[in-house]
Amino acid sequence: MKLKGGIYWGAGCGGCDVAVLDIHEKILDVAEKMDFLFWPLAMDFKYDNVRAMEDGEFDLVLYNGAIRNSENEEIAKLLRRKSKTMVALGACAHIGGLPSLANYHTKQSLFERVYSETESTDNPEGTVPLEMSTVDGNELELPRFYNTVKTLDQVVDVDYYLPGCPPVPQQIVNALTAVFNGELPPKGSIIGAGTKTLCDECPREKEEKEISEIRRPLNMIPDPEKCLLEQGLICLGPVTREGCGARCINSGVPCRGCYGPLEGVQDQGIRMISALASVIEPKEEKEIDAVLDGIVDPLRTFHRFSTAASILRRKKI
Amino acid sequence: MTFEPKIVGFLCNWCSYTGADLAGTARIKYAPNIRSIRVMCSGRIEPTFIIKALYEGADGVLIAGCHPGDCHYQEGNYKALRRYRLLKRILPEYGVEPERVRLEWVAASEGERFANIVDEFTDQLRELGPLGIKDSLAEAMKDDIEPHKAQKEESDVANEA
Repeated sequence: MKLKGGIYWGAGCGGCDVAVLDIHEKILDVAEKMDFLFWPLAMDFKYDNVRAMEDGEFDLVLYNGAIRNSENEEIAKLLRRKSKTMVALGACAHIGGLPSLANYHTKQSLFERVYSETESTDNPEGTVPLEMSTVDGNELELPRFYNTVKTLDQVVDVDYYLPGCPPVPQQIVNALTAVFNGELPPKGSIIGAGTKTLCDECPREKEEKEISEIRRPLNMIPDPEKCLLEQGLICLGPVTREGCGARCINSGVPCRGCYGPLEGVQDQGIRMISALASVIEPKEEKEIDAVLDGIVDPLRTFHRFSTAASILRRKKI
Repeated sequence: MTFEPKIVGFLCNWCSYTGADLAGTARIKYAPNIRSIRVMCSGRIEPTFIIKALYEGADGVLIAGCHPGDCHYQEGNYKALRRYRLLKRILPEYGVEPERVRLEWVAASEGERFANIVDEFTDQLRELGPLGIKDSLAEAMKDDIEPHKAQKEESDVANEA
């Protein structure tokens, strides 16, 4: 009997959905083994179709995107109930992803920025989305925009994590194959990624690290062979899980950390403070500060993908 | 009741913990607000420890190590200094006053100095008031529910009143 699968997006960009399609002709093998009963990006299904299903009827649900509003959470809970195996697909579902950078703001400050302050906003009446409104005598409800972006496992139980922004298609194939063959690792595991740091699979030459100046990719052309961190570029390789095949590194772009922290690391971004500060050269406070001045926005650089999964999770209010 | 800050202190085994020990054996009185944790070197103190301490309820964190040049492991205290300088830059972005984390060099002979630092830091934190990270997080998420449920709660409150 064919398996039943579903793919859903919360607060994401659709890149993970596309990454599933990027497995190219192998999608036909997948379609042979599994019927997709729910996939809003690719096909027209309604939430009521899912509500009408038996509990646990989905063999596999891939949930991508973070939890940004009440609709994301409601559907995550619904899909959890209806599925046997639920996978957090991609950085947003796994560790919050880029949307969770908004946790350094509040709902109010975001609304002010978006609906009145931006240079391109033309909104003299100050119209903002309303949660409840009445149209032709019917009451309409919009989902609530949350104050804090959450990871998928902060609202439902998650069986597996498939990291990446987006996950490498081959890793998606590997994970789906494991599902089809019933060869899944213990619950809670990261599938489709390694266990060491990205530095371990990075092909660049590494020597003693001593950074005396922080540089940015826009101001230089990096040496194609040497470690990017040694060249003064902020590379999150030392604190990021391997598994992507060093895609960015091979293109001369430093790692931004989308594969998330390693096993046992509670906070990828804070860990980067430790890693980076260790290899900065000066010992005097003033000279140290002069080097650190070169890091533009350290907090958001280190937590680019992992704010929602970090220890403090958001700015204090 | 006046607010009594909680301080977590990470003290290096070779200098600062011994200095704190000296403060004890010399019977120097100092604020009881600090909870000392002995680590082998200030270079062992990861920023994660500090962030976790703040999250778990500390109002301030004191890191103490050997004076520059005196590290038992040559370089550990320089690493501590660099991590501290970088950590201080991100704390304001979290809405946390950077003064809540403090790095001091305390030698094994400086029991008096250790006591003074703890007293002074305690006073400073008393001025700043409680940090309350967990309360802030709960407050920031309490309205993160569906609108109709929020409306219902509001009407329930109104009915009770």
